[in-house]
Amino acid sequence: MSDSESKIRAYTLQFSIGLGDDSLMLGQRLGEWCRNAPMLEEDLAISNVALDFLGRANMYYEYAVELAKIVGGDFQDQSVDDIAYLRDSREYRNLLIFEMPIGDFAYTMTRQLIVDLFNVEYFTVLSGSGDLHLAAIAAKTLKESKYHLRRSHDWTLRLGDGTEESHLRMQNAVNELWGYTPELFEMTEAELGLLPGGISVDRTALFDTWDARISQILSEATLDHPPGDWQVTGGRAGVHTEYHGHLLSELQYLQRAYPGLSW
Amino acid sequence: MALLPVVAEEQVLRTRTREQSLCPQIWALLDNVYDPEIPVISIWDLGVLQDVSEHESRVEVAITPTYSGCPAMREIESDIRKTLNHAGYSSIEVVTRLSPAWSTDWMSEKGKQQLMDFGIAPPTPTWDVRKVICPQCVSTDNTLISEFGSTACKAMYKCHNCLETFDYFKCI
Repeated sequence: MSDSESKIRAYTLQFSIGLGDDSLMLGQRLGEWCRNAPMLEEDLAISNVALDFLGRANMYYEYAVELAKIVGGDFQDQSVDDIAYLRDSREYRNLLIFEMPIGDFAYTMTRQLIVDLFNVEYFTVLSGSGDLHLAAIAAKTLKESKYHLRRSHDWTLRLGDGTEESHLRMQNAVNELWGYTPELFEMTEAELGLLPGGISVDRTALFDTWDARISQILSEATLDHPPGDWQVTGGRAGVHTEYHGHLLSELQYLQRAYPGLSW
Repeated sequence: MALLPVVAEEQVLRTRTREQSLCPQIWALLDNVYDPEIPVISIWDLGVLQDVSEHESRVEVAITPTYSGCPAMREIESDIRKTLNHAGYSSIEVVTRLSPAWSTDWMSEKGKQQLMDFGIAPPTPTWDVRKVICPQCVSTDNTLISEFGSTACKAMYKCHNCLETFDYFKCI
């Protein structure tokens, strides 16, 4: 294997870990709604969406495990469960928006709208990736994300253009989450390194369409587009919010208390 | 007038793979493996079973997951092993094939009828989204209650004719 090939594989490994971490964090967060959602139908819906994200994390980590066998490094000889459950906060590479708490139902649905809209665009491009395995995962998840978006779009309209209270909660959620959206469009070193080979996705190129689509939905839902005068980043470098450690304490509890436990 | 396809292209290929297979007896055995959550439909009729091959005494079975988060996949894999073990095959490998991504267009007509008889409205073709049919009274006068039902693959509907709620296996 040439140096450039092994570099591409090492970048692909990092890239897969990042995407896996994004999915794992959001899957865990959505799972918190299980038996707590405002009604039974929503409880089932959110839990099912959570499972889709956990399933994605599993697929990305499985691929990372395969790559680590070739390139070595930190993940060599690790299992999918090791990667998911036995790292410390600074070693996770998820974007911050995915680790934020569930907040109220409006907050959860607003995050879903932001993320689902992004994912539909992102996976459309990634499904044409030069890495056929990543392309296959993307083609599969794209179908699910389109379906997820139908629901988060619908709830945004219902709650935004609903009662005074629901409108207020939606607007607060949009304002609070907005500063976490620019990170969705930032490129890591690995992503930049994989771009010439058509393996990764140029996130910066997705912004205009995403912003235009979300602006239209917000306006339909009688919500104001925030000015975007603040932003936070750091997730891909392992610098997380104060919520991350608390999330991990729940996520990792079983594996930390009973190491090696399996079904 | 443009002609609408009656069967998805991947489904044609999948059927041909089975017809031309050199080990029809293994395919037939796997017709006894059912979806654990919808126990009336086999993994072939559901569109999950993709390929079977036999090299010397080793059997390889390729399946495609329905949804990323579908917990039934692990169960299906273990049922495949059990079924083939019972029939005397000891070396079995089950591989997951992600591409092309699973579609409800791969569900057989027999499978759709089985869903209907079981009380689940079958998926409409993705290229020709028609009215959902109530499995109790066959009325098309119904509304969506929730985009998700008891599992990721279903949505919940209410029939205005017989007033029953029912699951719809959504098209994807």
